[in-house]
Amino acid sequence: MNATGVYDSARRPPAFIEEFQALLRYRDLIAQLVLRNVKARYKRSILGIAWTMVNPLLTMLVLTLVFSAIFRFPTRQYALYVLSGLLAWNFFAQTTVAAMGDLIWSGGLVGRIFLPKSAFAVSAVGTGVVNLLLALVPYAIIALVVGGPITPALMLLPVAMLCLAGFALGVGLALSTAAIYFQDVMPTYEIILMAWLYLTPIIYPIDLVPQSVQAVLRWNPMTYLVGLFRTVVYDGRMPSVTALAGALGISSAVLLAGWWIFSRRAREFAYHV
Amino acid sequence: MSETAHSGRLAAITIEDLAVRFRVPHERYASLKEFAIRWVQGRLTYVDFWALREVGFEVGWGEIFGVVGPNGAGKTTLLKAIAGVLHPTRGRVVVRGERAPLLELGAGFHPELTGRENVYLYGTLLGNTRRELQARFESIVDFAEMWEFIDAPLRTYSTGMTTRLAFAVATSRLAPVLLVDEVLAVGDVRFQDRCRARMDEFRRDGACIVVVSHDPALVAGLCQRALWLEAGGVRALGPSAEVVGQYVAASG
Repeated sequence: MNATGVYDSARRPPAFIEEFQALLRYRDLIAQLVLRNVKARYKRSILGIAWTMVNPLLTMLVLTLVFSAIFRFPTRQYALYVLSGLLAWNFFAQTTVAAMGDLIWSGGLVGRIFLPKSAFAVSAVGTGVVNLLLALVPYAIIALVVGGPITPALMLLPVAMLCLAGFALGVGLALSTAAIYFQDVMPTYEIILMAWLYLTPIIYPIDLVPQSVQAVLRWNPMTYLVGLFRTVVYDGRMPSVTALAGALGISSAVLLAGWWIFSRRAREFAYHV
Repeated sequence: MSETAHSGRLAAITIEDLAVRFRVPHERYASLKEFAIRWVQGRLTYVDFWALREVGFEVGWGEIFGVVGPNGAGKTTLLKAIAGVLHPTRGRVVVRGERAPLLELGAGFHPELTGRENVYLYGTLLGNTRRELQARFESIVDFAEMWEFIDAPLRTYSTGMTTRLAFAVATSRLAPVLLVDEVLAVGDVRFQDRCRARMDEFRRDGACIVVVSHDPALVAGLCQRALWLEAGGVRALGPSAEVVGQYVAASG
């Protein structure tokens, strides 16, 4: 619908723009969907919202025990190193899976009422941001206790999160477009995610792996996005201009590509759910 | 221009040569691999199902327009095309005003959330802003007669209560174009009366109302004009008494 309130199926604006306009008009829906996701997930559990914080902590504990005790990585404050990487990774993994799942399993909502289809992916990112912020609380506490660096570089945390969010949204949009047509996409992606996790320097430091493997890791966009996040959160250093520009570039390119793929097909979704 | 449209004003809804096609793969390609193999081999075949074809009519302002027809005739598909859910495969749909779709009432409700939370979730799903819903919250709960349970989770509601709440949210704004799909068949008699009263309110406000129903008597009593759909095509279009009479005689 345009500004004058007339819907004309023959004069709809280009999908790339129309989807964005609809999303802006439905911005309050995004907030409600995020609220629903956060509330509904914990409504009947005793620990409630604390699960968001407990979950990465337990994973960190296991990984720290395994890798610092058995493999003896010489990394400073390995627990914080793993946890910072995991927080960024979990955000990406959960967001992209949720973007797909929410669109497909929204009870066929897309085929039943009019709404901007991208609302599901965008609210999945919003939910991920809320969970990440919550999970940063125990991280900060541990950092304070073990003397991890808390420096002005943290001011760039929003930028690092923005890069991750843009990338996750782009990937999530592209994946959910495919998932509408093929049921195989979801399970396949879950397997890819597992391999992808090990191909990203999350639980090991990049300079500990052989040169040949490092060359592979350099083709992985998540290496740079997790890297930027970790530079400000774990190292407490200001990132280099190259690192910053690289992450922003990857993120916006993937976001635009994802949006283009998604919006080109979005009008057909109602026919396929 | 519809004969019922106000003079000098374009009709509320204009449908021109509307066709909606569902394209179903001939064999079901459940997997990407299978699809890819067939695609490479050029052996992808589809079955085209035309849910609507060559449908054209106009609905004027202040008019109640009925759509009758047997199951699978394309009535709900037509409403979805008017609501903007389904983009036409061919033809054109023009709606000159904001739409309040009363189809799939309560789609998007979440059972674990409270009635209050669902008012905001469902309300924003229908395109309202949070601020608008805040302003109308009292009247919504009043109409649904739900004050006692508004902070209980939706899963504890009866079907009737859920529908009442959904109807109250969906009609809380007087939109100029109202699309109704069988909702009058739910709820007790008292609530049905209040639904009708609210629809009258919309009409007095000059709204255009499209009602889809299985119930010929309801369409004949409520609507000025009606459309009889059969297998996706128009069988008859005209004054509701005539169209409904033909429909009843044919299905008798």
